[in-house]
Amino acid sequence: MRKLMFYMPLALFLALALFLLSGLFSNPMERESVTTDKPLPAFDLPDLMNPAKRWQPQQLHGETFLLNVWGTWCPTCNAELSYMTELRQQGVKIIGLYYVLPTDPVLGERFDLAELQADVSNKLQQRGNPYQFNILDFDRSLALDLGVSGAPETFIIDSTGIVRAHHIGDINPQVWRSKLAPLYQQWRQQDGAQP
Amino acid sequence: MKIISGLFALLMLSLPVQATEEALRFDNEAQRQLYQQLTAELRCPQCQNQNIADSNAVVSVDMRQKTYDMIMQGSSRSDVLDYMINRYGNFVHYQPPLNRYTLLLWLAPLLMLLGLFALQLKRRRQQAAEQSTEQLSGLSEEQPSAALDAELDKLIEQYRSKK
Repeated sequence: MRKLMFYMPLALFLALALFLLSGLFSNPMERESVTTDKPLPAFDLPDLMNPAKRWQPQQLHGETFLLNVWGTWCPTCNAELSYMTELRQQGVKIIGLYYVLPTDPVLGERFDLAELQADVSNKLQQRGNPYQFNILDFDRSLALDLGVSGAPETFIIDSTGIVRAHHIGDINPQVWRSKLAPLYQQWRQQDGAQP
Repeated sequence: MKIISGLFALLMLSLPVQATEEALRFDNEAQRQLYQQLTAELRCPQCQNQNIADSNAVVSVDMRQKTYDMIMQGSSRSDVLDYMINRYGNFVHYQPPLNRYTLLLWLAPLLMLLGLFALQLKRRRQQAAEQSTEQLSGLSEEQPSAALDAELDKLIEQYRSKK
């Protein structure tokens, strides 16, 4: 018993060291999403390039797709454009949710749609265009309802409009192969089966 | 000199204040207090350990605005918390609920306290036992040597019988 007590501090120290070591390799940004396995929240938002056209959740039913939250102001989003364009060429359906930064009227900033459209088409020409179309979330209301904490984030939405996966961070070959592709294929295969 | 040291002492008494820049209008003081309480309790999902009152990340700005809007529409504290937790999970509230995943978290301080008491109790008993053996040792000094003598005799006997 006394011997056991003698080794106690060492054991406690080792346990603490192991705990802290595991913390070094964990990703602090990773957390469980609570918006998965629920239907897309209700929204009625304009198309980025053609604002007269409006999008509602029902119009997105029918085929599993990726909903990619992005903005030209976000360097990581710009970096993933070219890889996602490759995915589009492989037949992956990707829809963009454009995350507009808030503008501060005090600083003389105001939201200018024409400027934004020019900026976006310029960027997509440079880096490749992975998107079928972009939904303009001008007040970030859909982003808030989906639990988006920043850009880029990507959701997998199945053919009945249910959110099946929520990925925080960029899409690169490694993340796609190990995490998102299996889920995408799985829901893609069920597209026809569901009425 | 006295004035300077007095002013310095005053400086030491100052407290950190978390202030939001927006000048928000509320209908009454209760609403203002609720807003301040909620923005201090809600955690920014984008940042490392900051509440939304303290953070200027886009998502925090939006969450503050939503909190304000909901309060102005008459939502209660639990309405706002439910709204945020439904979107960002329990991560977003600095006061985790008591459930089977967080049971250990809530009980850990109590367990540690109990452990300390148990350790202290054990020590006391050990000390008491040591004291009583010390008191006894004066009386029983002869006993061990007698036992050793007997053992020695036995060994000598064995040695002799072998020869």
